[in-house]
Amino acid sequence: MTENHKSWLGMALIGFVLAIAPIVVGASLGNAWVRVLDFAALYIMLALGLNIVVGFAGLLDLGYIAFYAVGAYLYALLSSPHFGIHWPFWAVLPLGAMVAGMFGVLLGAPTLRLRGDYLAIVTLGFGEIIRIFLNNLNSPINITNGPKGIARIDPITLFGHPLSKSIDFAGITFTGVMLNYYLFVVLALGIVFVGIRLQDSRIGRAWVAIREDEVAAKACGINTRNIKLLAFAMGATFGGVSGGLFASFQEFVSPESFGLLESIMVLCMVVLGGMGHIPGVILGGLLLTILPEAFRQGAGPIQQAMFGEVLLDPEALRMLLFGMALIAVMLYRPAGLWPESRHRREMAK
Amino acid sequence: MTVLLEARSISKYFGGVQALKDVSLTINEGEIYGLIGPNGAGKTTFFNVLTGLYQRDGGDIAFADKPLRLSSPHEVANVGIARTFQNIRLFANMTARENVMVGRHLRTRAGVFGAVFRDRRTRAEEAALRRRADELLHYVGIEHRADDIARHLSYGDQRRLEIARALATDPKLLALDEPAAGMNATETEALKTLIEGLRADGLTVLLIEHDVRLVMGLCDRVAVLDYGEKIAEDVPAHVQSNPKVIEAYLGGTA
Repeated sequence: MTENHKSWLGMALIGFVLAIAPIVVGASLGNAWVRVLDFAALYIMLALGLNIVVGFAGLLDLGYIAFYAVGAYLYALLSSPHFGIHWPFWAVLPLGAMVAGMFGVLLGAPTLRLRGDYLAIVTLGFGEIIRIFLNNLNSPINITNGPKGIARIDPITLFGHPLSKSIDFAGITFTGVMLNYYLFVVLALGIVFVGIRLQDSRIGRAWVAIREDEVAAKACGINTRNIKLLAFAMGATFGGVSGGLFASFQEFVSPESFGLLESIMVLCMVVLGGMGHIPGVILGGLLLTILPEAFRQGAGPIQQAMFGEVLLDPEALRMLLFGMALIAVMLYRPAGLWPESRHRREMAK
Repeated sequence: MTVLLEARSISKYFGGVQALKDVSLTINEGEIYGLIGPNGAGKTTFFNVLTGLYQRDGGDIAFADKPLRLSSPHEVANVGIARTFQNIRLFANMTARENVMVGRHLRTRAGVFGAVFRDRRTRAEEAALRRRADELLHYVGIEHRADDIARHLSYGDQRRLEIARALATDPKLLALDEPAAGMNATETEALKTLIEGLRADGLTVLLIEHDVRLVMGLCDRVAVLDYGEKIAEDVPAHVQSNPKVIEAYLGGTA
């Protein structure tokens, strides 16, 4: 079997698993777990966007969730009864991606000279500024509806069918959560594709060159200003798409969904998975969405079974385990769980 | 003989210290021009001013008959000045081939659209880019290391890779900052052959070097810097017998 056949077979297998996953999970674990898969897809999109900025270009961004917020609020404003505007998703999602990309440039432009921890602090501030704006832009003119958030956002409608309603097909009932899953997975695959193509291109090499040695990159004729701005813009675009999907899925947005902890979570997915390595980042996103949820649901019953009562609050235990897992990974696998294996690639040739 | 680079009264201050005092020099097309001087004489500072890493505080530079205004490194690379660094600066985790491909950034065009959709033009450009990178690796003699990560290369090969990366920008003037530093006699000899080959292929070379024997044996003309001032500029034989140079560089009154 040739290399090409193998990769087609692999792709077909992945496609099959992705297609039946919500049906199997929905039937065995219930709809709540399909919802977790939906969020995993959203977070993977976010992590892949952040991976461009942090993983490829080496620019530490702690305010990445701001772009998710921009995408989500743009969708909310243009597709809800809040202003009485109901644009279709195929207009709002690309617009959200574009506006988020513009915000990316807006953040990138003043921070071009900063690196490492200095850049981290400024981006952290930027993320908070966006959240605080969203929280307070309800007076004098009510734009964002403040801390109350925007409700009754339109779900995405595909072929005249809103994705919030279930549909019967081939004897299986596809719930709204499942329908959203398929849409998210298709878009996430699109983002994976874009990410892989970018990585192996003139632009991707320029990003990595800046990460490796900015001075040498300049001397090689790379206009580091433009290339860095491009990284910020591309990363933000992915965040914007993901945010729009989040708004349509939840049918509600409020500023508290876009706090610093969310930025940190997405960064953890990138770092834990393997910075700059797309499969690793996907794994990171998947693990950090599913494992905490499993802890949340599993910790209570397990304690009940072992001690006859719930000794530790599952919520507190979850953060403790999460922290310990982070420390363990950083100690034993500092490059991430699934880092790019240059060496292996060389051997394969 | 055509003048390729003319620097007039270049000065550079770091706070109160004047690192370059009215340094003027002229480099002719096709020559190997050496820049020597004791440690801290301002050689690397001159390099950094020339290649746009530092902004000069006074003076003009004309390159290929065009004024080189205060500019950024990528613009300097664009007009045809490429450089290497004293303490090798490679993209350590990229392969040797990728390093050279990055060097060709300026001479290629593909953007985000081309990267994502891989249209015919992008594919053709990418293929030509790979070919050119392999040619350059072959030229400097490390084609067998093309798929190895830069930091796994031997010291001498890293120097060669840096030269290949600089050549990828299609320079008219190649500025080498102490290329023989840390090399043994055999490696230095091979480097000398490589630089002579560059000149034979029509390139102009500006060379900063500590190894006096290499400079004297290789360069057509040599300038000597001392405390930020040019104290001599001549053919190697004359520079060697210049009393000012002997005093400043070769060890006082000895």
